[in-house]
Amino acid sequence: MTRIVIDPITRIEGHLRIEATVDGGAVNDAWSASTMFRGMELVLRNRDPREAWLYAQRICGVCTTVHALASVRAVEDAIGARPPINARLLRNIIAGTQYIQDHIVHFYHLHAFDWVDAVAATKADPAATARLAQSISAWPQSSAGYFKGIRDKVKAVIGSGQPSLFANGYWGHPSYRLAPEANLLLVAHYLEALEWQREIVRVQAIIGGKNPHPQTYLVGGMAIPIDPNSQAALNMERFDQIRGLIERAKAFVEQVYVPDSLLLAAHYPEWFTYGAGHRTYMTYGDFAEPSSDISAYRFARGIVRPARGMHVESLDQNKIAEYVTRSWYAYPNEKAPLHPWEGLTDPKYTGPNPPYDFLDVDEKYSWSKAPRYAGEPMETGPLARLLVSYASGRPEVKKAADGALGTLKIPLAALSSTLGRVVARALETQLMSGWLIEWLDQLIANVGTGDLRIHDGTFWEPSSWPGDCQGWGSHEGPRGSLGHWIRIKNEKIENYQAVVPTTWNASPRDANGVRGPYEAALIGTPVVDPARPIEILRTIHSFDPCMACAVHVLDLSGRQIVRVDADRGAGW
Amino acid sequence: MTGRPLLQGRGVDRRAFLAFCGTMAATLAMPQSYVPAIAKALKTAKRPVLVWLEFQDCTGCTESFLKASNPSVGGLVLDTLSINYHETLMAASGKDAEALLAETVGNDRGQYIAVVEGSIPTKENGAYCTIGGRAALDIAREVCSNAAAVITVGACAFDGGWPSANPNPTGALGVSSALPGAKLVNLPGCPPNGVNITATLVHFLTFGSMPEVDGLGRPLFAYGELIHDTCERRSHFDAGEFVETWGDEAHRKGWCLYNMGCKGPETHHNCASVRWNDATNWPIGAGHGCVGCSEPGFWDADSPFYGRLPNVSGFGVQTTADEMGVGFVAATAAVVVTHAAISIVRDRFKPEPIKAAAAPVKAAPPPAKGPPV
Repeated sequence: MTRIVIDPITRIEGHLRIEATVDGGAVNDAWSASTMFRGMELVLRNRDPREAWLYAQRICGVCTTVHALASVRAVEDAIGARPPINARLLRNIIAGTQYIQDHIVHFYHLHAFDWVDAVAATKADPAATARLAQSISAWPQSSAGYFKGIRDKVKAVIGSGQPSLFANGYWGHPSYRLAPEANLLLVAHYLEALEWQREIVRVQAIIGGKNPHPQTYLVGGMAIPIDPNSQAALNMERFDQIRGLIERAKAFVEQVYVPDSLLLAAHYPEWFTYGAGHRTYMTYGDFAEPSSDISAYRFARGIVRPARGMHVESLDQNKIAEYVTRSWYAYPNEKAPLHPWEGLTDPKYTGPNPPYDFLDVDEKYSWSKAPRYAGEPMETGPLARLLVSYASGRPEVKKAADGALGTLKIPLAALSSTLGRVVARALETQLMSGWLIEWLDQLIANVGTGDLRIHDGTFWEPSSWPGDCQGWGSHEGPRGSLGHWIRIKNEKIENYQAVVPTTWNASPRDANGVRGPYEAALIGTPVVDPARPIEILRTIHSFDPCMACAVHVLDLSGRQIVRVDADRGAGW
Repeated sequence: MTGRPLLQGRGVDRRAFLAFCGTMAATLAMPQSYVPAIAKALKTAKRPVLVWLEFQDCTGCTESFLKASNPSVGGLVLDTLSINYHETLMAASGKDAEALLAETVGNDRGQYIAVVEGSIPTKENGAYCTIGGRAALDIAREVCSNAAAVITVGACAFDGGWPSANPNPTGALGVSSALPGAKLVNLPGCPPNGVNITATLVHFLTFGSMPEVDGLGRPLFAYGELIHDTCERRSHFDAGEFVETWGDEAHRKGWCLYNMGCKGPETHHNCASVRWNDATNWPIGAGHGCVGCSEPGFWDADSPFYGRLPNVSGFGVQTTADEMGVGFVAATAAVVVTHAAISIVRDRFKPEPIKAAAAPVKAAPPPAKGPPV
């Protein structure tokens, strides 16, 4: 048995360490350790709840916008503010562009090199690459001359003695399966996507001034004015710019990202059999607009356990609780989990003093807590959204999924896998690019009725709030189900908590020794060469880890909080 | 090797390259006659080496860097720099990644550029941020002390950023405090604009020295002026035309956001002139006030962010405009009083140019922390 450590896991957001044991050519146990802590919730205490989103957004700059949205929703839920439909649609448009940017950057820049051998790409025949490209897509940038230029450029960098970001990749690893031409095609799109990714977020700049960290959210609405007759507001010229950017993004998604994902998936069929893990999936659901009803969520809410059938269990957020048994925090009773509203945090590092070679994985070993739903670990993210929405009968999701399953000639059950996450991510990006146009059309139509409202100021002044109130804001961010919980007392934040997608996915073991989703997914993952464990990267990267998000602290007061409308949350 | 064949070998179109040099000259506010000098500097045979460290960060500064164009990161990676270490972007993982950092420190000692993103925790022997089992401070000390130049990107590496905001749970520090005496160029902002990051790099590659900085180590080309003085809404401030309610007629017309909490009057940054995301827009242009993200300790000093200057805590101005006896009822009076208040602020943060080549950059003073809010 070989003990291996991968630290840092690169090509992710943040600081993640994986320790694993390999026996007989496969992982037989694994530990997921988050190695960075900051303490956002402690910083937020006693501040003005209206500005919480400005801080909370900075939990993560890769998942920019998502914490801002969950934060304003939490405060709105607490004080009863209702953002106008224009603001809700603008929020969706920002969220949708975030999906597209985030998922494409993940596929090409964070994940691709687990499957794509950049060195092998330099041996490709440009003419054959052009034929391959044209056989899977109508994307115009596909000539032999174009691919020759890319090949020669990459060859020059790799052969220069200064391979830059390409240095020390696992190039030549026997687990790479693509022909040189497919490698070159994907390397070319890696470079195209690097240029392209900054385009779609210009939508966020139009609405929110900048990306990352757009600056436009308000509790009760948005700060970007709308006025078709003003030069300083969203007007038809700005709407047209947004539409152009979305349409170009949609073309890139449909003609580059989705075909590339399916091409890659078709060459690694065995990776639809690895990396499943617990097969338990959870979503909060999102995007009901123009409706406000949970049942209208385009991504459905619920729990699915495909191993027990595709039945959708309704989600009750009261069943969420977090363990710290194996995390560097103290609870009075370390065997018992606490609901976020009863949460308690006492960061207490008990690991080895740095520098260290190994963590003591039989004790506490991570800054991430272990959230569980009704005691069970849950995977959240694109695959969870696809499965819950599929099982809930959402026609668009079902159509997209069935189409891909047909193309790949695999059953639905095969999506519970490393590559299933990759495919699910691409499919929802395609859906999102269509929804963006729908939301823009709805926004323009509503503005056409003369409704220019972007903010409901009824509850802007803190004096209008109850002395004591609390709320929950949820959002389906690109990486999964995000929840912010807030308690407000005397116009200030008394308690603030975030339970984040990667907290679910990257969690360590709980009091019962049950592994978190990363850890479970790694069991059985083949490792051909323990010195170059590319297979572990494949499965971990398929989740799209975001460690800055994952680590947070909970309420120090330990107080029970009662809330009336506990299941709803502010999902608008 | 001359520049031209090398560039062609790298697949760079000469025209595009010169356009890039021109953009760089413009961003750095240099005359176009500098274009040949920039082009020459970027055509050296061995590409300059850069390592990018991430500590207590959100990767937002990296994302902002990725949003830069002219040069884009793709261009930088393939044509201009050798980025030997960047956790978010590099192909290598685990010990193979750490080996690249060690090799760079060993082989390119005194030659490479180090960029630091994120704050450095000091409590618990550094256990609040470890990479490859090593504490952030340990890594920062080794890498920064052997670099030719160190650039901090973002508020967190500048002075601790939000992790150091009250109550600073992890003892987070900016690089200047964590490594006293380190010669730094600071690009604060949350995040800083990607074009300012690339422009600083190109300035260094072109002239062999860092751009001139103010007393806080911030380059004058990007932080030399107050947002208030370059703001497109300044005429509305001067005319006493203020937004009073989100979405009101004044807001739709693009009037001044001062009363909505804008911190532009005390914030040094070039957002108004270079704008963001390929010059698409900037926060005030999108109807929300500036939050002062390039100023020291802004998370404490500028909060509440929707409070009108100078009523925010920690601002250090005891007499508010209202207490001076004149409200904002009469527009003329309001302007006079507001200017008076702002001049106090401006004096407080007045930049003092320091020649980077002549004297080491002074370490930033401790952030101006306000009382707990």
